[in-house]
Amino acid sequence: MSGADNVVWLGTPAFPEAARTALADRRLRANLRRATGTIRDKRLAATAELDDWEELRETAAALKRRTLRHLDQHLLRLEETVTAAGGTVHWASNAAEANAIVTRLVQATGESEVVKVKSMATQEIGLNEALAEAGVRAYETDLAELIVQLGGDRPSHILVPAIHRSRSEIREIFQRQMGKWGRPAPEGLTDDPRDLAEAARLHLREKFLRAKVAVSGANFAVADTGTVMVVESEGNGRMCLTLPQTLITVMGIEKVLPSFADLDVFLQLLPRSSTGERMNPYTSLWTGVTDGDGPQDFHLVLLDNGRTATLTDEVGRQALSCILCSACLNVCPVYERTGGHAYGSVYPGPIGAVLTPQLVGVENAASLPFASTLCGACYDACPVKIDIPEVLVHLRAKAVEAKRRDRLLPTSEALAMKAAGAVLSSPRLLAALERLAASGARLVARDGRIGVLPGPFARWSGTRDTPAPAREPLRAWWRRTRGEGRTTTEGTGR
Amino acid sequence: MRIALFITCFNDMMFPRTGQAVTELLERLGHTVEFPQGQTCCGQMHFNTGYRPETLPMVRRFAAVFAGYDAVVAPSGSCAGMVRDHHRVVAAQYGDAALAEAVEQVVPTVYELSELLVDVLGVTDVGACFPHRVTYHPTCHSLRMLRVGDRPLRLLRAVKGIDLVELPAVESCCGFGGTFALKNADVSNAMLADKMRHVQETGAEFLCAGDNSCLTHIGGGLSRLRTGVATLHLAEILASTEGDGR
Ligand code: SF4
Repeated sequence: MSGADNVVWLGTPAFPEAARTALADRRLRANLRRATGTIRDKRLAATAELDDWEELRETAAALKRRTLRHLDQHLLRLEETVTAAGGTVHWASNAAEANAIVTRLVQATGESEVVKVKSMATQEIGLNEALAEAGVRAYETDLAELIVQLGGDRPSHILVPAIHRSRSEIREIFQRQMGKWGRPAPEGLTDDPRDLAEAARLHLREKFLRAKVAVSGANFAVADTGTVMVVESEGNGRMCLTLPQTLITVMGIEKVLPSFADLDVFLQLLPRSSTGERMNPYTSLWTGVTDGDGPQDFHLVLLDNGRTATLTDEVGRQALSCILCSACLNVCPVYERTGGHAYGSVYPGPIGAVLTPQLVGVENAASLPFASTLCGACYDACPVKIDIPEVLVHLRAKAVEAKRRDRLLPTSEALAMKAAGAVLSSPRLLAALERLAASGARLVARDGRIGVLPGPFARWSGTRDTPAPAREPLRAWWRRTRGEGRTTTEGTGR
Repeated sequence: MRIALFITCFNDMMFPRTGQAVTELLERLGHTVEFPQGQTCCGQMHFNTGYRPETLPMVRRFAAVFAGYDAVVAPSGSCAGMVRDHHRVVAAQYGDAALAEAVEQVVPTVYELSELLVDVLGVTDVGACFPHRVTYHPTCHSLRMLRVGDRPLRLLRAVKGIDLVELPAVESCCGFGGTFALKNADVSNAMLADKMRHVQETGAEFLCAGDNSCLTHIGGGLSRLRTGVATLHLAEILASTEGDGR
């Protein structure tokens, strides 16, 4: 099993096809429009409050980039400090290794169930499925994650995994499924948010009080103190992090920060960017184990799973600065219309389009770097200034290169690009093409408009009229009315 | 000032009127405009679709053809952005030291039209007259790559007789995205539908932008639906004067 097998969901079609299905889903479209619209406005209001927002972004970006350059040192330091504080550090180079480590640790406790704090890293490695195979049941305790788990569904947003679900759907899932997983939903459950939250609360409370083992991810870990941090809104994470005897944290290696003071910057950026709040309701920090308080056995699993390979790419590695705030998803005009499932990956939206192909190899997610208009809204929203459009075009080049290398080219696109390249590099050929287009257009255009175009361009002309190419292109007009213009050797070159 | 017009391949073939408008406008403001006949394309389509090595001859040609002018003007935010942000990248990755140097020389002289007018020539009132209801779409690359800000709006506000109305959700992408419109045709259409709805909500006769590529996409949809809304490049509005009876 190559480490990154779970990052992409097998069987999901390439983005354009998956998107087509999503676009036809009326309910999904309405849910997404409402949810992303609300969170956009909230984020803008929350970020506008800080005069030094841009400086904070700069600082965070610089800090992350610098940390990634010396990642090895920070990780070794983290291992030292966590160990000194009574924790145990494990290194996992891929998903299979990480799953094996966690499974072994759970089995050593003799337990057959764990409660989980919402975590992208454990989703990335498919931990729940791996635990299930070993006979261990993993209960998601984040409300949205619970909805996804009970619904036998997949998350469609980093922060709000059930963003594609409406209240009435959630009520229906609770009524149908809760009983199969534990305490059933109360009689006469309505779709009032308060009622739904209460149902989840009762259902989960039973799990919290019984659990001996918890599994979490981490938002940050501090190398100089060995402190690990989880940021959340509900307090369900706090329950998992404090009540059980054993705590196992799976964390991507890029989450380490050099010093405790660095948290200052990120605790300002993260809540404002992700939920549009000044501060998130629950911030849990722990350093190893503390006698008589909280879990007495703490394990930190450091996960590579494609990250070291990503680090070697000078342009692409900035994606590892991501703090998973999901601002880029919320502002993305493509995500807003397709939702997360179309990306076929644990990491959807703009960040997914740049992270997933790097973690799994661009040839295994080749449609994702193209799932963007390059409008740049993501870059402007990103609190750590990841230039997502830059990475997207970089990965597009890599995708084409990979096809060339694997001799999958020439495709019809590659041939067209080659021909276009020749024409567009030569003023003589370009002028000839312009003449040809103008005379061809005269045959098919009506009132200066062309209705139907051939071949792949039918996808364009299905919904748009196209103006006919000009009878006299500018270069011809100029020559006729004003002569050659400047004529240098380059100027008249072929 | 001696200004070279980089018409861009797409405008050359499809919208020569835009190039003529830029020329009229700049000459009216007292400048000399030249059209180097050796010009072709900025390489944006190839670069953004992943065909990077193919852009090298275009980058090379651009740097040679447009060397030595006081300024180079492009009536396209995305092509100006391509030159400014990516020609260096191509030169560094596939070119040689001489090309890198040539690119370094030419890039700072390249401007999108509204940048040239406002920043370099220092004008916002260009003496235009356009007595129509107009709404303006900023286009993503002008907005977030070049960061032209409100320059085009300042120019439009100074146009005599214009009834300028703000486009709802003005900063959202129209869904064109170059080859995106073909590769992800369905998403592109979904975005286009919203943009057209917003345009129609304004009651404008004309949708104006600084990029004919986005306008071809939005205008193509508006035409197909027979909305009666026309699209017009910023340059053409700025070139209009009282006498030409538009
Ligand atoms: S890429 Fe930036 S905006 Fe997107 S989730 Fe990561 S940190 Fe947030």
